[in-house]
Amino acid sequence: MTAAAVPAASPATTGEQSGVRMARSRRNAELSLLLLALVIVAAYGATVEATVLDTVTPDFWVPTAVLAAVFLALHVVIRFLAPFADPALLPAVALLNGIGVGFLRRLDLAKAAPGERESLAIFAGNGGRQFAWTLASVFLAAVLLALMRDHRSISRYAYTLGLAGIVLVMIPAVLPARYSEIYGAKLWIRVGGFSIQPGEFAKLALLVFFAYYLVRKREVLSLASHRVLGIDFPRGRDLGPVLAVWVLSVLVLVFEKDLGTSLLYFGMFVVTLYIATERVSWLLIGLILFFGGAYLAYVLGGVIGGPFENFHLRAEIWLDPFADPYEDGYQLVQGLLALGSGGLFGAGPGGGQPLEIPEVQNDFIFAGIGEEIGLFGLSALLVVYLLIVERGLRAALAVRDSFGKLLAGGLAFTLGLQVFVIVGGISKLIPLTGQTTPFLSAGGSSLMANWLLIAVLLRVSDGARRPLAGAGGSTARPGGGPPEQLHGAPTEVIRP
Amino acid sequence: MPELVITVARFGFLILLWIFVFTVVGVIRRDLFAGARSGRLVAAPRAVGASTGQPLAKPAKVKRGRAAHQMVVTAGQLAGTRITLGESQITIGRAEDSTLVITDDYASARHARLVPRDGQWFVEDLGSTNGTYLDRAKVTGPTPVPLGVPIRIGRTSLELRP
Repeated sequence: MTAAAVPAASPATTGEQSGVRMARSRRNAELSLLLLALVIVAAYGATVEATVLDTVTPDFWVPTAVLAAVFLALHVVIRFLAPFADPALLPAVALLNGIGVGFLRRLDLAKAAPGERESLAIFAGNGGRQFAWTLASVFLAAVLLALMRDHRSISRYAYTLGLAGIVLVMIPAVLPARYSEIYGAKLWIRVGGFSIQPGEFAKLALLVFFAYYLVRKREVLSLASHRVLGIDFPRGRDLGPVLAVWVLSVLVLVFEKDLGTSLLYFGMFVVTLYIATERVSWLLIGLILFFGGAYLAYVLGGVIGGPFENFHLRAEIWLDPFADPYEDGYQLVQGLLALGSGGLFGAGPGGGQPLEIPEVQNDFIFAGIGEEIGLFGLSALLVVYLLIVERGLRAALAVRDSFGKLLAGGLAFTLGLQVFVIVGGISKLIPLTGQTTPFLSAGGSSLMANWLLIAVLLRVSDGARRPLAGAGGSTARPGGGPPEQLHGAPTEVIRP
Repeated sequence: MPELVITVARFGFLILLWIFVFTVVGVIRRDLFAGARSGRLVAAPRAVGASTGQPLAKPAKVKRGRAAHQMVVTAGQLAGTRITLGESQITIGRAEDSTLVITDDYASARHARLVPRDGQWFVEDLGSTNGTYLDRAKVTGPTPVPLGVPIRIGRTSLELRP
């Protein structure tokens, strides 16, 4: 670069110039991406109606318009409360959520009697319920953004949240099956016709605790070690917390009979540990423990049955779904057939037969959508998930404190892992376990928990991208509060 | 509904999905190459500077007249973190409101700070317990920081980069 030889006129000016460039809040980019996402959601709704009803009703735009109003409201909230948050997160999530609501409504249309289809109310059925949950979740996400002005403030409640997380995980396990079991997995609290899945919220609470705990302990975890085969292994006594979480996740596997949730908790912890210590050995230890545990559960399930039987059955279905295609393997086989008949471009929104798949509104929503939009559309959705995870990891890299790094990295990874577990399950890559597909599946708890997760990521990315103008002396606080912690400022000795 | 309309809607929807994906990628592309492109970010102001001449005398220690635009953590737990330097000071320490929060047993709550003065950055120890080192020398008063010379605080080490 020849320009390098030319001295800068004033380093202060160049600093300001690049500072201004870095400080762009990118809110307008977010707005235009959001509008594009909403156009896609509206196009999806119109195509569904055109295919299923053979006509586009004059009010096809109503659900999209209400969603648009809510998402735009959240955008405005972000503009004021987290002006430097990542511009890609909200539009990507809005797209997934909108398509999820659209697909659930499409299922309701297919179920409704032919005469009633045109007049299906927007809050009716599964789609309507999901729609209402979306409004509530977005509202809660905005409230979280308003309450949590700095992501570091939640580290104060780390122990409380950790305890709350464990209690939430345990509730379904100790409740009688009548109140907590749906399709063999005890993950719910069912009261009346209403069910919530406390594990979804526990995920967030536990992650805050892990991040806080590891920031405190990572020195000892990463320094004391033996070296075996070129990899640093931690001392035996430092393995305690990892083993504790491993036992917790095995207990979840045994008492709640759900491999997915257990894999999610354990993976979450191992990855935060890895981010905290930068030790590959933790990943190895984690993988060995998990696969060892899962294999043991499989063998035990075959020999003694009991609590491991559910998992054994699912592993058997995974190994050969076509062994019993009309009974045990029915769901997976129908899912695979749906994906296969979708082919490259799919049958078109509204053109498939998603009702052939049991539970298509929950676990198998990806297979149902896949039949209609094909590999081409499905991979676009997967890339959208990938982008959300990438933005989360990017926020983790850029944020300037360790707690924020662990929190954002862990949250982003958890989201990615959850998508992997369920999409891997329906495509027969791994044994199927009942996880929700984030933002797509019907299910209020999952939707709400994931929106809260996104709110935390928005907050961390806002902290990461906020320019340093005035940082140190008078940190640019929203609202221009008083300079904080004057009492903590050191006495300065002024030298001549 | 004519078959043609439905077919157009079907494929139009798929194409829109991918347009969305690529637009998002376009929006975040700048971030992906943030480190690599930082040189180019300051190129334009440099050209402006050339036209106005060089009225400001540079402090003696600035190497080849290049100004620092980034602070990079080269060792320690935050290794890899980059902070773009502006006109405000940067505080370093364990206190949560520091610009760079380091969780290092050998760092004090308010350990040191970097202050810009006429385009030159000065490091200043804020009465820390274990001291701040510029390369090998202990920092006692405000000391100018040349580019690429490590500032050591506990197990963390940082450098100014152009």
